[in-house]
Amino acid sequence: MIRRTVISICFFVFLILLWEILYLLELWSPVLLPSPIDVGIYLYGVIENQTLLSAVVVTLKRIVLGYGCGLLLGLPLGLLCSRLNFFRDTLGLIALGLQTLPSVCWVPLALLWFGQTESAMFFIVIMGSLWSVIIAINTGVRQVPPIYVKAARTMGSKRLHTWVYVFFPAALPFIVSGMKQGWAFAWRSLMAAEIYVTILTGFGLGHLLHYGRELNAMEQVIGIMGVILIIGLLVDKLCFSPIETLLHSRWGTNLTNE
Amino acid sequence: MTLHQPKLSAKNVFKFFEMQGHRIVALQAIDLDIHSGEFVCLVGPSGCGKSTLLNLMAGLIKADKGQLLLDGSPIEEPGSHCLVMFQEHALFPWLSVLGNVLFGLKLKPHLTAKERLEVARYYLNLVGLSRFEKAYTHELSGGMRQRVALARALAPNPKVLLMDEPFASLDALTREQLYGDLQRIWLQHKKTIVFVTHNVREAVCLGDRVVLFSPHPGQIRNTYDIDLPRPRDINSVNLAVHSAQVTDALKGYLAKTEECTV
Repeated sequence: MIRRTVISICFFVFLILLWEILYLLELWSPVLLPSPIDVGIYLYGVIENQTLLSAVVVTLKRIVLGYGCGLLLGLPLGLLCSRLNFFRDTLGLIALGLQTLPSVCWVPLALLWFGQTESAMFFIVIMGSLWSVIIAINTGVRQVPPIYVKAARTMGSKRLHTWVYVFFPAALPFIVSGMKQGWAFAWRSLMAAEIYVTILTGFGLGHLLHYGRELNAMEQVIGIMGVILIIGLLVDKLCFSPIETLLHSRWGTNLTNE
Repeated sequence: MTLHQPKLSAKNVFKFFEMQGHRIVALQAIDLDIHSGEFVCLVGPSGCGKSTLLNLMAGLIKADKGQLLLDGSPIEEPGSHCLVMFQEHALFPWLSVLGNVLFGLKLKPHLTAKERLEVARYYLNLVGLSRFEKAYTHELSGGMRQRVALARALAPNPKVLLMDEPFASLDALTREQLYGDLQRIWLQHKKTIVFVTHNVREAVCLGDRVVLFSPHPGQIRNTYDIDLPRPRDINSVNLAVHSAQVTDALKGYLAKTEECTV
């Protein structure tokens, strides 16, 4: 484990060094390729004057709210699709279609419907995550081997008990991967929304990125991209990875040789 | 209620299936009484309806005609009165060995948590897996999994234990061990067991009574009382004599069926 961490760190140090060397070679104008040191100075500045922190808070608030609602809606709707063919043939089809729609495509619609408001942000994030959650739950529950349900029924398990203690845990690996996918879509759509929608109620990471472009401040663009990337990585490593590792070790599907 | 009321009985049971527009008679006029503490093996080739009968007894499917009675009252739905042990172990991968055995016990509201734990540990000990109570299914061998499945099926103390080819997917050595374990447990507890298998020798080894089925339509052909001392060894000569007798009869019925269908 330590060995792997060291390798990762060395890799990133190497990338940054390479970047600095390219900068020093002056192959491109420093306006297009600033030094990693400039980016670091910018980031230090925005950390010190709290700009970055408040932007991160605004963005995270939006994602938690939107993604949370996406999950809360997606879970029951996915269950309905998995059990009742009526919902599968109606809602399920819509979900399948809309899941393939890139989430940035919701931006014009949201702008016209809600104007430049928080509601527009909220709407875009929900639309980005809801469909993939529905589909993942639907597939997950349908993949539950009937023998588990049969065995549970012969032990006296019925209706709600079967749902809570058999269907849900049996489908959990699928549900978690659906949640992960939903998160990825939600995150992408929020960034798109923040870049496109200028609103005064909150200045998110996407806005910082947008203004970096307006001001031609490449160190800001790169710095904020880095922050967005790091948040994405952290969520994966801190929220989803532990759950996935646990599930894999329970189910015996662990393929990595740690 | 009479004194000699059977534990489990099938009365003139029919079951049909639709297959590609044809009606298949899976079970035809099945009459069978199984008494308390009896170990009955249903044996026959695939398609003879023996598993269907087991599913009917479990309440997982409904008969098209006739009745299935447990202690004189009709079996309406599945429940812990008739527990089933399947060919695939059907253990829940998200629960530990102990959790699996506790699953059925937790559905018994009159037990306290402490009692449940005691019962679960008692049965895990009975199948020799006390040391593995924290393990997960994928960490166990095939034979161990079926042992856990056996403990899980026994723990809620069902009136009848239904076993659907539970050892069919195991290797021969493990299977022989489990024959020994099952007989030992049965001798201790005198549980009523209905055991489905296509292996005549296995049936003769385990059963007090062997019920021979033949297919197309699925029906009972004969029953054999196996009066051999226990525990029985699957490789013993006496057992071979009995099993040869059943196998010969089965071959005869199969030949006749083929003549009819050709």
